Amino acid sequence: MSFSLHEKEDTIVALATPQGVGAIAVIRLSGKDAIKITNSVFKGKDLEKQASHTIHFGTIRDGDKIIDEVLVSVFVAPKSFTKENVVEISTHGSSFIVNQVIKLLIRHGARPAKPGEFTQRAFLHGQFDLAQAEAVADLIHSDSETSHQAAMNQMRGGFSSEIQKLRNELIHFASMIELELDFGEEDVEFANRNDLKVLVEKLLLAVELLVASFDLGNVIKNGVPTVIAGKPNAGKSTLLNALLNEEKAIVSEIAGTTRDFIEDEINIGGVIFRFIDTAGLRETTDMIEAIGVSRTQEKMKTASLILYLFDLTDTDMVEINRDINRLENQGVPFVKVANKIDKASAEFVSELKAKYPDTIFISAGQKENLEVLKSRILELVNLDKFRTGNTIVTNIRHYDSLVKTRQSLLDVLEGLDRQITNDFLAMDIRRSLHYLGEITGEITTDDLLTNIFSKFCIGK
Amino acid sequence: MFPVYDVIVVGAGHAGCEAAHAAAKMGSKVLLCTMNMNTIAQMSCNPAMGGVAKGQIVREIDALGGMSGIISDKSMIQFRMLNRSKGPAMWSPRSQNDRMKFAEEWRLALEQTPNVDFWQEMISGLLIKDNRAVGVKTGIGVEIQSKSVVLTNGTFLNGIIHIGEKQFGGGRTGESAAKGITEQLVKLGFEAGRMKTGTPPRVDGRSLDYTKMEVQHGDENPEKFSYSDETTTLKEQRNCWITYTNKEVHNSLEKGFDRSPMFNGRIQGLGPRYCPSIEDKINRFSERDRHQIFVEPEGWKTVEMYINGFSTSLPEDVQYEAMRKIPGFENAKMFRPGYAIEYDFFPPTQLKLSLETHLIENLFFAGQINGTTGYEEAASQGLMAGINASRKVQEQDPFLLKRSDAYIGVLIDDLINKGTEEPYRMFTSRAEFRLLLRQDNADLRLTQMGHEMGLADDRRLEKMLDKKSDTAKLINDLKQKKLSPDLVNEGLEGFDTATIKEKITVEKLLKRPQIGLAEVMNLDADIKLYLSKYSKVVLEQAEIQIKYDSYIDKEQQMVEKMNNMENYRIPVHFDYLAITALSAEGKQKLNKIKPETMGQASRISGVTPADLSILTVYLGR
Repeated sequence: MSFSLHEKEDTIVALATPQGVGAIAVIRLSGKDAIKITNSVFKGKDLEKQASHTIHFGTIRDGDKIIDEVLVSVFVAPKSFTKENVVEISTHGSSFIVNQVIKLLIRHGARPAKPGEFTQRAFLHGQFDLAQAEAVADLIHSDSETSHQAAMNQMRGGFSSEIQKLRNELIHFASMIELELDFGEEDVEFANRNDLKVLVEKLLLAVELLVASFDLGNVIKNGVPTVIAGKPNAGKSTLLNALLNEEKAIVSEIAGTTRDFIEDEINIGGVIFRFIDTAGLRETTDMIEAIGVSRTQEKMKTASLILYLFDLTDTDMVEINRDINRLENQGVPFVKVANKIDKASAEFVSELKAKYPDTIFISAGQKENLEVLKSRILELVNLDKFRTGNTIVTNIRHYDSLVKTRQSLLDVLEGLDRQITNDFLAMDIRRSLHYLGEITGEITTDDLLTNIFSKFCIGK
Repeated sequence: MFPVYDVIVVGAGHAGCEAAHAAAKMGSKVLLCTMNMNTIAQMSCNPAMGGVAKGQIVREIDALGGMSGIISDKSMIQFRMLNRSKGPAMWSPRSQNDRMKFAEEWRLALEQTPNVDFWQEMISGLLIKDNRAVGVKTGIGVEIQSKSVVLTNGTFLNGIIHIGEKQFGGGRTGESAAKGITEQLVKLGFEAGRMKTGTPPRVDGRSLDYTKMEVQHGDENPEKFSYSDETTTLKEQRNCWITYTNKEVHNSLEKGFDRSPMFNGRIQGLGPRYCPSIEDKINRFSERDRHQIFVEPEGWKTVEMYINGFSTSLPEDVQYEAMRKIPGFENAKMFRPGYAIEYDFFPPTQLKLSLETHLIENLFFAGQINGTTGYEEAASQGLMAGINASRKVQEQDPFLLKRSDAYIGVLIDDLINKGTEEPYRMFTSRAEFRLLLRQDNADLRLTQMGHEMGLADDRRLEKMLDKKSDTAKLINDLKQKKLSPDLVNEGLEGFDTATIKEKITVEKLLKRPQIGLAEVMNLDADIKLYLSKYSKVVLEQAEIQIKYDSYIDKEQQMVEKMNNMENYRIPVHFDYLAITALSAEGKQKLNKIKPETMGQASRISGVTPADLSILTVYLGR
């Protein structure tokens, strides 16, 4: 991406709320002339004379023609998200009105914003560090409560401070090593190798936790990949639709360019569940039957959760035993869901309850017991820890750097075991510092020397 | 009376001597100005060269064709290779030297260098024309014309010596300070600062009781600094001794703290943290009840001893009383008290990588004037300034060393980009590629460059090329030669390493930590015969390259990664001030230093990672 200096000083405009029909829509402008441009189409108070952080009622007019009655919020630089002059215009939520207003603003000197440009400006003006800027991007794209919290946590610097802590400990470790290298002639006590090993192991554990959190973080951001498996007519579509209708929250259809299937996302208790290959599901492909087919098997493997659905009126224990056996071999957590409880024989139900007490009995058609199913699903993915505010890595770039940091630390540990000398150990430690630096910024040798000089009496 | 010189060097310390020698060698007509021709190349502080990171620098100076290695060898009284127990990158040559011989050898070498003239007088100002240095003005008002000037004034610019409550002007004890240059440079727009350093007392060796100290011998097989054949290793060496301070010494010193210029605020300059005075050590690390003291002879024959570790600016009576409580010093006679010295320096961020100043063309700075400390740091800058002054006059591009080429490259890059708050000393930890910057390969890294500039002579080049091709041949052979289990297994057991089941190449065996070429020679008589054809230097080089090749490779990859940033050039007239997004400090520093590449920008202190991201966005990546 390349911009001219000029482009970076333009006033940009874009719809800030999601496309589509809502009660209101918010149009945002940012740039030196944001207030001036808005003022030129606004009838009400003179916006250029208003204090920052004030809201004003008035109308947007194209000449004499009133487009809409609006509320205008004024943020004067640098006290705004982008640190530039920012105006937010709340219009009525019609895409026609929104388009009219934006076109009008462009005619008066604004330029349509490129994707992410508001965030980029905030970053360029030093509102965020790089990790925080990335979090904003995540925040904008977050569509569930947990994902939102992870992004918020990162934006407020939770992630940065965790890395900072790690960085300080690594610097301490590195300076213990450097001390012996540069000051071997000095009369100071050097760290013994066992202590160093304990320290590396501690660091490694901290990095491991962050690395592991990426999988969780990924789930938060992209949803838990879920498969509903069952024979034709077991009620898979009905269950899916029941869950979809039950949740008024985000339901979307994403036609991926690299994917040849359609996914549905359902928000359950603040966690997104992404139903894989629901297109196939709707065509009532029998996934259990087709378990030997590699493509389906791959799908099952990539799932984090399987809902095994069977029809109480159209199966027997032999079949259920066989399916459950197969699923257990898959190694993916699954929920046994018995459908059509409203039509089932009491005898079969109690037999099942005896054999598989954790079976959940529902009626997808009657929307019966869906709450129990949902709480079981949540229980199974055990996402509670996500909501406690623990640091989670959600950014692939950070993940990548952490994985490399981990590898370097493993090299250090191996080196300690192989009794290699400190200069080689130092090299691996420096590499880990370098990779960690890719997240928060470089660590210089000055940091190491300062640490040494503050702790040890050096010099003849 | 004077011709128009190509290069005038002001100051004849380690930096000035290297600068004058290098420029003259490269064909420039040189005038070396000093206040006193009898104090050329003084070791103002300890009588030693090299040490960790510094020894590597001396080897680099030598590899390029500088003189410090040869002079050190010729005046050496003891040699030790420090850090032998660590990896080869840490091996650091260090010598004790005869102070008077060191100075004499330098003076003789310069006298024998064609194109070097001398002038004894204080230089009080520069001749400047159209923002270009065109000569110097002396204390008695003589004007000497030149095409370039190298300033290597050491601690002499407005030097003030402190001993207790006494203070007096001087560049070294017994020598007067230099006045005029700082004031003129400040008027020209330079920023100046103050630094502080210190030195310990010297005592009469006949008055010490060595039975109460530990003796420190030189290496059994001493090596030397210079790669050339001009010098030989020592047959005989002098000892040093180690003793320790104690609570009594500390109590005695503390009694004088109220009269210490360090603590009562009289000294304003910032001293180095890694070379603290004894009062500083006691004050900052009060939990330690002893500090190490090295007793170092000042020469082959003199009885004068240097008390390393006891640097102080306390009143001389306090120094004397406390010193006598050190074991072995009960009857010590003092020759000269320790003192602290404050002097002017010019923050080196005002320089280009060639050591030429941004403000005045053809004016170069080297040594303590740039805020560094240490003979080796000074000498290497002098060498680079001399080279670049000469090249500038000859209208050639500057000669620059990268951080991955040499410690000298690290040193200058750090100075120019980060500046320094305290006297800057080299440490191996400052070099990101220290496994590549070893004392054993400085010739392989640099001699070709030195030869191309006309500094290193043909013999040096040939010797290096022989070493290179012999090493390559030896490594290749060791990759082919195989040892069989029946022949070597007994020997391997003796070396505490696993036996082999099938034939194995010598190269593979050398990767084991317990096995070096010395061990291999003991395993098999044929191999021993074969290896004895090679010189010790080649054997060592091959062993290092084989043993550590995976690490060296890894570091080589990091160099290439860094070079991506180094090759990412920033337009010369890039307007940092126009980018409102940059942090205030980053903007100011970038504008001042005007980095040539993103790599250089990334090393400027005060430039944050966010600044760099912003720059990258603006520069279109």
